[in-house]
Amino acid sequence: MTLLDPTLTSLLYLAAAVFFILALKGLNSPRTARRGNLIGAFGALVAVVTVFFSVRLDNIPWILGAIAVGSGVAAPVARRVKMTQMPQLVALFNGVGGGAAALVALLELPAADDGWMRLAVVFTLLVGAVSFSGSAVTFAKLQELMTTRPVVFPGLPAVMGAVLLAAVGAAAAVVLGGSLALALVLLLLGLVAGVLLVLPVGGADVPIVISLLNAFTGLAVAASGLVLGNVLLVVAGTLVGASGTILTRAMAAAMGRSVAGILFGAFRGGSTAGSTAVSDRPVRSSSAEDVAVLLGYAQRVIIVPGYGLAVAQGQHTAAELALALESRGISVDFAIHPVAGRMPGHMNVLLAEANVPYESLKEMGEINSQFRTADVALVVGANDVVNPAAKTSAGSPIYGMPILEVADARQVVFLKRSLRPGFAGIENDLMYEPQTTLLFGDAKESLTKVLGAVKAL
Amino acid sequence: MDGISLLTITVLAVFVGFEVVSKVSSTLHTPLMSGANAIHGIILVGAIIVAGQAAHPWVLAVALLAVVLATANLVGGFVVTDRMLEMFRGRPGKVEKQPGTSRKGTAQKDMSREGKESVK
Repeated sequence: MTLLDPTLTSLLYLAAAVFFILALKGLNSPRTARRGNLIGAFGALVAVVTVFFSVRLDNIPWILGAIAVGSGVAAPVARRVKMTQMPQLVALFNGVGGGAAALVALLELPAADDGWMRLAVVFTLLVGAVSFSGSAVTFAKLQELMTTRPVVFPGLPAVMGAVLLAAVGAAAAVVLGGSLALALVLLLLGLVAGVLLVLPVGGADVPIVISLLNAFTGLAVAASGLVLGNVLLVVAGTLVGASGTILTRAMAAAMGRSVAGILFGAFRGGSTAGSTAVSDRPVRSSSAEDVAVLLGYAQRVIIVPGYGLAVAQGQHTAAELALALESRGISVDFAIHPVAGRMPGHMNVLLAEANVPYESLKEMGEINSQFRTADVALVVGANDVVNPAAKTSAGSPIYGMPILEVADARQVVFLKRSLRPGFAGIENDLMYEPQTTLLFGDAKESLTKVLGAVKAL
Repeated sequence: MDGISLLTITVLAVFVGFEVVSKVSSTLHTPLMSGANAIHGIILVGAIIVAGQAAHPWVLAVALLAVVLATANLVGGFVVTDRMLEMFRGRPGKVEKQPGTSRKGTAQKDMSREGKESVK
C-alpha cells in the first residue's frame, strides 16, 4: 500500500487539530454546542483515517477488530444511558482514555532512546494511571457502589507521601535506565495514587475531580504525543489539559470551593464533619391535598428541582404542575442551582428534556433575591443546594457553597423520599423549621398526587 | 520534529486551550467537559501506531487493549456529549404548547430543526 506523503499527513493532522479547537469553541454557547461536538467527532475521524494511510502498519485486521469492539461497547452504552447517570459515564470514558495513554507509553518505552523521551514516558505512565484509577473511584462514588462520603483513615497522608516518594524514585530510575520492570512498578504506584487521591473527596465535590482528571488525561495524551513524535496528540492533549484546568477552576468557583481545598481538605482533617445519623426532631409532614392548597392559592411559586426529581423521572410531571399552576394565574419559576443534579449544568439538561421553557429556568444569582417575594418554595428532591449549613456551619463539608435562599420564602415545601441526608451526607436544618412542610414519597408520585389535587381545586 | 518546535506548539496550544473555554456559562460546563473528554480519546491514533508496529504477541495484546480503551473514550465521549446537547432544545411540535416560548430566538429554532432526525 502506498503511504500518504508526510506533508499531506501533517496537513491532515493540522486540519484535525483545527477541528478540535473549533469544537471546544462551539461548546461555549448553547446555540453552537451541538455542531461543535459534531465538528470534534469529524476531526477525530479525519485523524484516525489519516493514521491508517500514513504509517506502515501490520496487524490491521486485529486493529480494526479492536476498534469495532471498543465502539460496539461504548456507543450503545452512551446512547442508552439514563440522563441521570451521565456524569459517571463521562468519568468512565475519561478513565479508559487515561489507561490507554499509559499503555501506549509503556509499550513505547523500549523505543525511547534518550532521557527526555523516557521522561515523557514516565509522565504519561504515572498521570494516565492516576487518571484511570481515580476515575474508577469517582465512577463507584457516583454510581453509589461505595459510600459518597469522604473516605479517610489515619495515616492516609503518610501512605500517600510514601507512594509518591516511591513513584518519584521509580520514575527517576526508569528515566536513567529504561527498565521495563520498574516502569510496571511505576504504573502500579500510579494506580494506587489515583485511588488515594480520590477516596477522601466528598460526594458533592466529585464532579470537580472528574474535570481535574479529565485535564490530567489530556496532559498524559500530550506527553504520549511527544514520545511518538505525533504533533496531533501533543496539540489535542494540551488543548484538553489547558481547557480542562480552566473548566475545573470555573466549576470549583461555581460551588464556592478551591481545587486545592477539595483535594487536600480531607488530608488536613476536621473539615469533613457531618453525620449520617437521622435526627429525631419533629417535622411537619402533610398530605398532597394540603400541599395543593398551599400552591393553588399562592401568587408566586418557585420550584427548586434536585437530583431526586431526576432519579424519579419526575421532570415531565414537574413541568405539567408548573403549567397547571400558571393556568390559575400563578407565577411559576424553576430555580436552578449551578450544581443541581450531579454536575454543573446537569439539571438544565434534565429539565430541557422535559420541555421546560428556558425562560422559566432561573439561575441562582437571578432568583435568589426573589425568594423573599415567593409564597411557596417547592423543593423537589433537592437537599444540599438549599441547606443553610453552607452559610452557618463552618465545620460542614458544604460550608461556603452558595445556596438557593429558599428559607426566605413564606412557606417551604419539601418533596422527599425520607429524611435521609443528601449526597454530601449532612442533615438539613431547614426541614425542622416552622414554615416548612414535608411530603414524603417518590418525587414523581408525590408530584402526580399534588398535580391531581391542584386540578381538583 | 525537533524539540524546540514541539515546545513552541505545546505552549501555543496551552494558550489556545485557556482562551477557548473562558467565560462559559455553568449551564454548559457538563457538555464542555464531556466534549473535551472525547477529544483526548484521540490517543487512539497513538494506540493504532503502537499496535501496527507490534512485533511480539504480548505487545500486540497490550496495544490492542489500548485501542479498545481509546476507542471507547473517543466514540463513547462524542456520542454521550451529543445526547446531552440533544436535550438543549424543545421537542419539535410540542414546543408551541409551552408558555413563554414565544420569545425563543431563531437560534433555538435552528437547533430543534437539526435535532429532528434524532428524535425517536
